[in-house]
Amino acid sequence: MIDLSRTIDLSTTYLGLKLKNPLVASSSPMCADLGNVRRIEDAGAGAVVLHSLFEEQIELESEELDRFLTESAGLSPEATTHLPEPMHPVMGPEQYLKHISQCKQAVKIPIIASLNGTTPGGWVHYAKLMQQAGADALELNIYYIPVDPKVTAEQVEQQYVDLVRAIKGEVTIPVAVKLGPYFSSIGNMAKKLDAAGADGLVLFNRFYQPDYDLENMEVVPNLILSNSYELLLRLHWIAVIYGSVKADLALTGGVHHATDVIKSMMAGAKVAMMTSALLKRGISFLDTLATEMLVWMGEHEYDSIKQMQGSMSRNAVPQPKAFERANYMKVLGSYAMR
Amino acid sequence: MSSSSRPKVTIDGNEAAAYIAHQTNEVIAIYPITPSSNMGEWADQWSAEGKTNIWGTVPTVVEMQSEGGAAGAIHGALQGGALSTTFTASQGLLLMIPNMYKIAGELTPTVFHIAARAIAAQALSIFGDHSDVMSARSTGFAMLGSASVQEVMDTALIAQAATLESRIPFIHFFDGFRTSHEVAKVEQLQADDIRAMIDMDLVEAHRARAMSPDHPVVRGTAQNPDVYFQGRESVNPYYLATPTIVQNAMDKFAGITGRHYHLFDYFGAPDAERVIIIMGSGAEVVHETVEALVAAGEKVGVIKVRLYRPFSIEHFIAAIPASVKSLAVLDRCKEPGATGEPLYCDVVTALAESGVSKKVIGGRYGLASKEFTPAMVKGVFDELLKSKPKNHFTVGIVDDVTHTSLAYDPNFSSEVEGTVRAMFYGLGADGTVGANKNSVKIIGEETDNFAQGYFVYDSKKSGAITTSHLRFGPKPLHSSYLINQASFVACHQFSFLERLDMLKSAENGATFLLNSPFGPDEVWDKLPRKVQQQILDKKLKFYVIDGYEVAKHTGMGTRINTIMQTCFFAISGVLPREEAIAAIKYAIKKTYGRRGESVVQKNYAAVDEALSHLHEVKVPGKITALFDIRPPVPAAAPEFVQKVTAMIIAGDGDNLPVSAMPVDGTYPMSTTQWEKRNIALEIPEWDQELCIQCGKCVLVCPHSVIRAKVYDDSCLKGAPESFKAVPARWKDMKEKKYTLQVAPEDCTGCTLCVQICPAKSKTEVKHRAINMVAQPPIREREAANWDFFLSIPETDRSVLSPAQVKDVQLMQPLFEFSGACTGCGETPYVKLMTQLFGDRMMIANATGCSSIYGGNLPTTPYCSNGEGRGPAWNNSLFEDNAEFGMGMRLAVDKQNEYGRELVARLASVIGDELAQAILNADQSNEAGIFAQRDRVKILREKLAGINTAEARDLNSIADALVKKSVWIVGGDGWAYDIGYGGLDHVLASGRNVNVLVLDTEVYSNTGGQASKSTPRGAVAKFAAGGKPAGKKDLALMAVNYGTVYVARIAMGGNDMHTVKAFLEAEAFNGPSLIIAYSHCIAHGYDMAYGLDQQKAAVNSGYWPLFRYNPDLAGQGKNSFQLDSRAPNLPLKDYVYNETRYTMLAKSNPEEAQRLLKLAQEDVTTRWKLYEHLSHQEVK
Repeated sequence: MIDLSRTIDLSTTYLGLKLKNPLVASSSPMCADLGNVRRIEDAGAGAVVLHSLFEEQIELESEELDRFLTESAGLSPEATTHLPEPMHPVMGPEQYLKHISQCKQAVKIPIIASLNGTTPGGWVHYAKLMQQAGADALELNIYYIPVDPKVTAEQVEQQYVDLVRAIKGEVTIPVAVKLGPYFSSIGNMAKKLDAAGADGLVLFNRFYQPDYDLENMEVVPNLILSNSYELLLRLHWIAVIYGSVKADLALTGGVHHATDVIKSMMAGAKVAMMTSALLKRGISFLDTLATEMLVWMGEHEYDSIKQMQGSMSRNAVPQPKAFERANYMKVLGSYAMR
Repeated sequence: MSSSSRPKVTIDGNEAAAYIAHQTNEVIAIYPITPSSNMGEWADQWSAEGKTNIWGTVPTVVEMQSEGGAAGAIHGALQGGALSTTFTASQGLLLMIPNMYKIAGELTPTVFHIAARAIAAQALSIFGDHSDVMSARSTGFAMLGSASVQEVMDTALIAQAATLESRIPFIHFFDGFRTSHEVAKVEQLQADDIRAMIDMDLVEAHRARAMSPDHPVVRGTAQNPDVYFQGRESVNPYYLATPTIVQNAMDKFAGITGRHYHLFDYFGAPDAERVIIIMGSGAEVVHETVEALVAAGEKVGVIKVRLYRPFSIEHFIAAIPASVKSLAVLDRCKEPGATGEPLYCDVVTALAESGVSKKVIGGRYGLASKEFTPAMVKGVFDELLKSKPKNHFTVGIVDDVTHTSLAYDPNFSSEVEGTVRAMFYGLGADGTVGANKNSVKIIGEETDNFAQGYFVYDSKKSGAITTSHLRFGPKPLHSSYLINQASFVACHQFSFLERLDMLKSAENGATFLLNSPFGPDEVWDKLPRKVQQQILDKKLKFYVIDGYEVAKHTGMGTRINTIMQTCFFAISGVLPREEAIAAIKYAIKKTYGRRGESVVQKNYAAVDEALSHLHEVKVPGKITALFDIRPPVPAAAPEFVQKVTAMIIAGDGDNLPVSAMPVDGTYPMSTTQWEKRNIALEIPEWDQELCIQCGKCVLVCPHSVIRAKVYDDSCLKGAPESFKAVPARWKDMKEKKYTLQVAPEDCTGCTLCVQICPAKSKTEVKHRAINMVAQPPIREREAANWDFFLSIPETDRSVLSPAQVKDVQLMQPLFEFSGACTGCGETPYVKLMTQLFGDRMMIANATGCSSIYGGNLPTTPYCSNGEGRGPAWNNSLFEDNAEFGMGMRLAVDKQNEYGRELVARLASVIGDELAQAILNADQSNEAGIFAQRDRVKILREKLAGINTAEARDLNSIADALVKKSVWIVGGDGWAYDIGYGGLDHVLASGRNVNVLVLDTEVYSNTGGQASKSTPRGAVAKFAAGGKPAGKKDLALMAVNYGTVYVARIAMGGNDMHTVKAFLEAEAFNGPSLIIAYSHCIAHGYDMAYGLDQQKAAVNSGYWPLFRYNPDLAGQGKNSFQLDSRAPNLPLKDYVYNETRYTMLAKSNPEEAQRLLKLAQEDVTTRWKLYEHLSHQEVK
């Protein structure tokens, strides 16, 4: 029986921002639409991370424009060019910055801008522009795929650290770093980033893995929405890292149910981010999640989210070994017995 | 404002004219035609950017469907009281003539700006002369000519002022290309200058005369014999007053700017005895020559004609120095059969009417931009010294037929001391021309020097060579001719060295800059003998840079233009090095800034790194080369190709005499095969083990360089060792051999074949049955294999099924190695058409890309088969192509009808059986056609023995008894716009013609201007903000007739469907229309993905495939067959692969999004309509 007279506090803090609940729409193309950002707020999200501004995309688009304007020019006396010059300068980050401002005007929940890059360069000043445009915080999405075998793990890690330092040098708003799970020592990496000034760590990025089209023998981009199984990896590492860094932790990937959010909190996350669930069930699902969380918390007599945050992190559980090798053996063993 | 305080700008003649036109008009109607298109482009761009005229309002610029349409719109706008103008050239001006009579007859002030160009006669020419404006001289327009870029700006304004006062409309003309495209430093007139010249009372008077229901009048009546004549004479006072009005405007202009023009300007010795009379850019050449000759003590001069109509005899006579004994009048046009060319006749009349007796001769020069040089001018002056100089002469050619040409010393030069003369050889599309235009700007605007740039292109759209001619110097430049004594020569492509004798233009002691993959120590041995020889003989200073290495380093890819530009400045020393680099960077920012900051930064990096890679070569004292510049054609080429074509290929066409030219524009077929251009760095190589022999690569190859044959094993006798052959994978030809062969020296390296190849290696999927490999190492080997391949007999067509792509590959293409762009989307359809019907085709080809790659000299891609049959091809005009093709059909049908009548009449003589067989022949398939050919052969043999008039008659038209396939080919500019009226009529005629529309969705040939085929949201010229309206559904409009076969095809969407549509269209005994999706460089993406984009166009529903066959109705079926599946791809996933769409999305995202939404709605709505049509019940 739920005691309706009790108030349950869903609020949380993330990157120093006060959120009414830990439900955050993660960075995805969905957030490029102002209407969607409004709907996300209306559905009750605590914050929203906008889609990413890609370093390479801006450069690539300029270079392609330059290439095709040049290559279609000077071919014949009749056609000194085949395309007009653009009437207006091509957009660098302007469109994205405008979107930030529009979002800030449209909604009250915090707007976290997302910047996607791999190497320090001229583009890091986009971070400052994002701050100027009104972003409440920045999520740095380091989407780096080290295909070159000559690059060592150390170099990759240093690149991450350098990047975080460079971005921190540009802005005064908090900066979270979104990471993939592929580090030899994630805990150590988290500490390095923490030391470099990251205000938050977002675990984990879902890399879009290319698929094979067997009919055409082609490698094709493939987008598979996440499922709850993917949550486990995130829970695991948030539980492990929790307490060892100053930075706030955010869980992203595999959040589909209210219980997923609750597990995230218990592992030690300040917020739980989601996209796939909203794509599958609509943005209004956020509202359902919040309600279900209240129900669960009511049933289980929790007063607040803060109360449960980190309650099942590695150091908070009676058998921390469960997060270590022993547990792995146990799982395998249990599988073998089936 | 003093002269010196006006800004100096470096612009071309077109921009100069458009600048004044845009400042002084309210309505501008435009239509693209070379070389005037840029004027319309400028006006459209400025209005799109919101630039205002001198009254502070943005002129309305509207693209019309033809020049006739533009003139009509201008006539209407003028009658509506707006200040209105247009720009055109050549055939475009001819189309305006009817309206021009009206505009002049109604005394309506306007200025038409004309980049004067040749008119198509024995051949089309896009180049400059006065044929077009001379054809309009009886319209009643005044004619005012300009000779240089500065004069274009000045005269455009003088004309505008004079037209308002005189009420006589003006043609303001200047030489196409030589002036319209010459970039020069000029003083820019400012708005206040323009305002000072334009009398507002006259503007108001013009408005007051306009049509208005508030004070109505009737204009444009019809008049009878009683009064028309008098009415025509009523305008005389206006024409009589015009010369004075123009001179007054010139005087007023002089007061403002200090530049004083006269109706006839004399320049030369005050006591001149010999004078040349000339107008246009040639006057500049004569001016320069006169200056040199007078300095040498000769008594010569030039009269520059500015106001040609109305021709003021009084002013003209006054301009001739009294000392003059003889005059030579030079006309840049030809009027066959006349007593002389127009200017000559006017001069003779003027002298005669004034009672002035001088010796006068007239001659022609410079037709179609034929070079007109000081040497030729000297030749004319020398002729005047003779006691009996040649009249009606030509100069600049060798006329060995009617001996009109003057001899002259080609080595005479009047180039001004102290002028830097630089030539740059670049590859079309490598940015060389753009960088050189910037160099002219830099020198023109950063220094006190005068600067001039002129750019020459060859006639190929792939692998074209561009030559930039740049002059800089402290003295004004009158050199309106190409450089032939260069102080600096730069070669931007190493491979040009073996193709082109570029150092022939280098003067002694000149500098030679070479972009070379070989460093200063190793480059010498890599040079052809002739190059080494000239470097030594002329004592050239020789520099190398590996531009590609620098480009790669600095993220520029293969772009070397700014790198080479930096080297030019460093070596030439035109500017101090640091200053030059700063100026180059400024120009980069200005030119590429809109394309994005990263582009600017990479160019900066390239400039910074260039000089450390520039090296002077220590030239060895002797020739070491073991090879030389290649001959233009192989020794095996036929006589005409050796004697004529080879000269043109080698760049020596100017030296061909008149006798070498066919008299009526008839040229031999099959000549592209001799022009081995070797432009591809990589070519496809066949992996015979992996190949499934599907024939897709053969189908899509735009240049017909991949061929397949199935043949008897015995044919392999004598094959080169490396010649590949495998068992044929045909059910009925298993015992035979199959070879897929690439023509290594003709390939342009587009990679479409590789992209389409479906056979991938099981162990490494990137390896396909056809793969790109470096060309040079296999060139010789594969050339031998290609020659051997050609010697193998063609596959017997009677065993092939033309509906199968696999079989089509074995049919000989009768269109090969055209000059179309690398990866062209049009030519695969053209080639397919010739494979299927080439031996019985007549082609009417609208002017445009397909007529240029189809018929631009030096070589012709249409060819004949082993029996000597092939497509008979002709290009009439742009606008009349449907009618032209229908005329061919009418001729064939009439001759067929008459032939059948004669066969019936002569049945008893030729044998009743043969006669009946001929008359009743079923020619619905190839077997039937071949059988009829055999019958006609027998008929001819029989007729040869009969000596009657009827027999001879029948013999002369017997070929018409065999089925002919008439094809009308053109682009969307023709079919959707200028030729639509004719096309519509021809489709309605019921005649058996086949129309192939190569739909690139823009006017590709003139540089990508929007047509009614341009899709919504795409950026094109004249639609720089994204085309707001949707694409016209030409196919559906034709379907509406119910009697026309219509197909919309896309080879990349469904190749089998494409082939079927061609066969059905041809089989349909009535008009057929095929609209073929043709990817184009004007779409702005890598053409290697052209077929993928075609597929995406189909899958997105943007380009639904369908066939409408009226014959099906007779079989109780629905005539409308929708042949593609329902859209399964959002439109954005198709369009945003192309720069024409992304450019808007990146520069104006809101508008792009709005247009995309509408375009997506277009697609959805149209799909529903098509679906409905395809599901209609058949009654």
